[in-house]
Amino acid sequence: MTILPGRKGRPPILAAETPKGPWGQGDEPDGGGPRNPWSLPPGGRKPGAKPTALDEFLKKARGGGNGGGGGPLNGLPGAPNARALWLIGAGIILLVWVLYTSIHPIAPQERGVVTYLGRYSGTLDPGIAMTMPAPIANVVKVDVQNIRIENFPESGSENLMLTSDQNIIDLAYAVRWKISSPQNYVFQIDKPRDTVRATAESVMREVVANVSLDSALGPGRATIENQVQERMQKVLDDYKSGIVVVGVGIKQADPPARVNDAFKDVTAAQQDAQGVRNQAQSYAKQVVARAEGEASQFDKVYEQYRLAPEVTRRRMYYETMEAVLAKSDKTIVEPSGVVPYLPMGNARRIPDAAAAEPAQPAQPTTTTTTGGGQ
Amino acid sequence: MSGLWRHPIALGLAALIFVILLAATVTIVPETQQAVVLRFEQPVRTVNAWKPNEQFGRTGAGPILRIPFIDRLVWLNKRVLDVDYDNQQVLSSDQLRLEVDAYARFRIIDPLKAVNATGSTSQTETAITEALRPLLGSSIRNELGNQPFATLLSPERDEVMDNIQTRLQRLATQYGVQIVDVRIKHADLPDGSPLDRALARMATARQQQAITIRAQGQKDAQIIRGEADAASARIYAQSFTKDADFYDFYRAMQSYRHTFGADGGPAPSGATSIILSPNNSYLREFEGRGR
Repeated sequence: MTILPGRKGRPPILAAETPKGPWGQGDEPDGGGPRNPWSLPPGGRKPGAKPTALDEFLKKARGGGNGGGGGPLNGLPGAPNARALWLIGAGIILLVWVLYTSIHPIAPQERGVVTYLGRYSGTLDPGIAMTMPAPIANVVKVDVQNIRIENFPESGSENLMLTSDQNIIDLAYAVRWKISSPQNYVFQIDKPRDTVRATAESVMREVVANVSLDSALGPGRATIENQVQERMQKVLDDYKSGIVVVGVGIKQADPPARVNDAFKDVTAAQQDAQGVRNQAQSYAKQVVARAEGEASQFDKVYEQYRLAPEVTRRRMYYETMEAVLAKSDKTIVEPSGVVPYLPMGNARRIPDAAAAEPAQPAQPTTTTTTGGGQ
Repeated sequence: MSGLWRHPIALGLAALIFVILLAATVTIVPETQQAVVLRFEQPVRTVNAWKPNEQFGRTGAGPILRIPFIDRLVWLNKRVLDVDYDNQQVLSSDQLRLEVDAYARFRIIDPLKAVNATGSTSQTETAITEALRPLLGSSIRNELGNQPFATLLSPERDEVMDNIQTRLQRLATQYGVQIVDVRIKHADLPDGSPLDRALARMATARQQQAITIRAQGQKDAQIIRGEADAASARIYAQSFTKDADFYDFYRAMQSYRHTFGADGGPAPSGATSIILSPNNSYLREFEGRGR
């Protein structure tokens, strides 16, 4: 800062200063005429180090610490003042640095892994913790509560796997994991997330390869999830990864898109079969109900008939004939030689009647015939 | 004190030299790294080499001293590293082409061996990974080549992976590497005809299933209908056999009513003309008594 105005076109600092290093150790008691080119003021000005100036500078330094900028502006960079400001600036920077790197606020969900000169020295629990400043002690904060979610497949593509019966299933699933041991997590595994992903893929396929397609498509899901979680945990523990698998969830288990129609047809067939069965059931109910109805009707009539067989029989006969003949055309043929005349119009009209739309109910008359067909 | 400050540049320079020397002498070894110290390019010792079951904080990590500008350090990762083997075609013993993705997790446990085997560059780690990749590939090919495809779809899959690991460990020992685990990520039918054939097989199996289900449904329905018919016949018989003669009469009456549309049901289609003979039983009384 303050050096720059005092040096015009000098070569880089090292080249200028290297020879001065050994004898510039300050034998002279007073800074009357320092041989340092650094303290030579530009333009041959006299070095004037007034106490008032120093006071001002100190005040400035206390007041805001921007004295570093004020020095060259005054054009009189008195050596002691400049040094004082240097010192103060450096001190402030150092202090900030020390404070910043030795005080560690650890949030509730975090732990801090402390290494002291590279060596692990402990794990900080939540709260404010003090350590040695940065080059000596280092703190890596690790979030141990945040549950990370890995989705497979990452994009929405198909994720085909083979099942034990050599069929293929399309599986989408998610693995939730978190850090259980911060120091293992930081020190043991090179790429934790990749490790989790690779393990999950491998284990999932291994588990699915031991399950039949039909089981993987539905009823076996929970079993698969549990097995994958267990085995993943075992593998990750083998790596001493400091990772715990919180859960495995199968989001979707479908047959591959290309054979989906065939699978849907099976479902449709099941529906169809059930439909046919239901129809048969309702037919059965109808038939049996009708039989029961008719049988009990007959039983009741028969009970009455047994009490007076002959009369009942005649009565029923006449009633029936009445009802029947009332609805029909009647021709009575006398046996006394009359030639019966059957009007042929009827025969012609019958097909018409049959072809005609359903007409009004039959109007029985004694002269015409109308076939009311419903 | 103030005398010292008269030569801040000299002071700064001295400090700089001191720092450079310090940095060249003292090296901080983190927990995640191990190192081999080379003196005039000859390995003399290892620092923080991996040991089984060591506790963090009691490892070789920490500051170490070395002779500046003479001793050189080669860094090696101490963590579990991985080498991938992706999308490779492998033939199984039953001549099925498989598409295999696999990975090996490994640790460098003998840094000296590792450095000697790969040359003492700063790229040792990468060099080892690159050296292991073909070894992993050949282990996988050899092992899967001895196995029918179906073993990968059975509990023996674990065994297959263990065998690959054993093979790879034999080859990898020369690099000072311990294989932690070998796992097959995918072993799938490659796209194209093998996959298409498998999918076609799946589809036909399902079509068969659908046909069977429908046929079974029909069968069940017919059985149900048959049983119902039998049941109703039994009910009729139980009732009507009480008096077969009366049943005949009664049913005839019902039948007439129905046929001629007199039972309150739908009127029959077609007209009816009845020609009666006077001898008809119904007309017995029609002409009066005493004929």
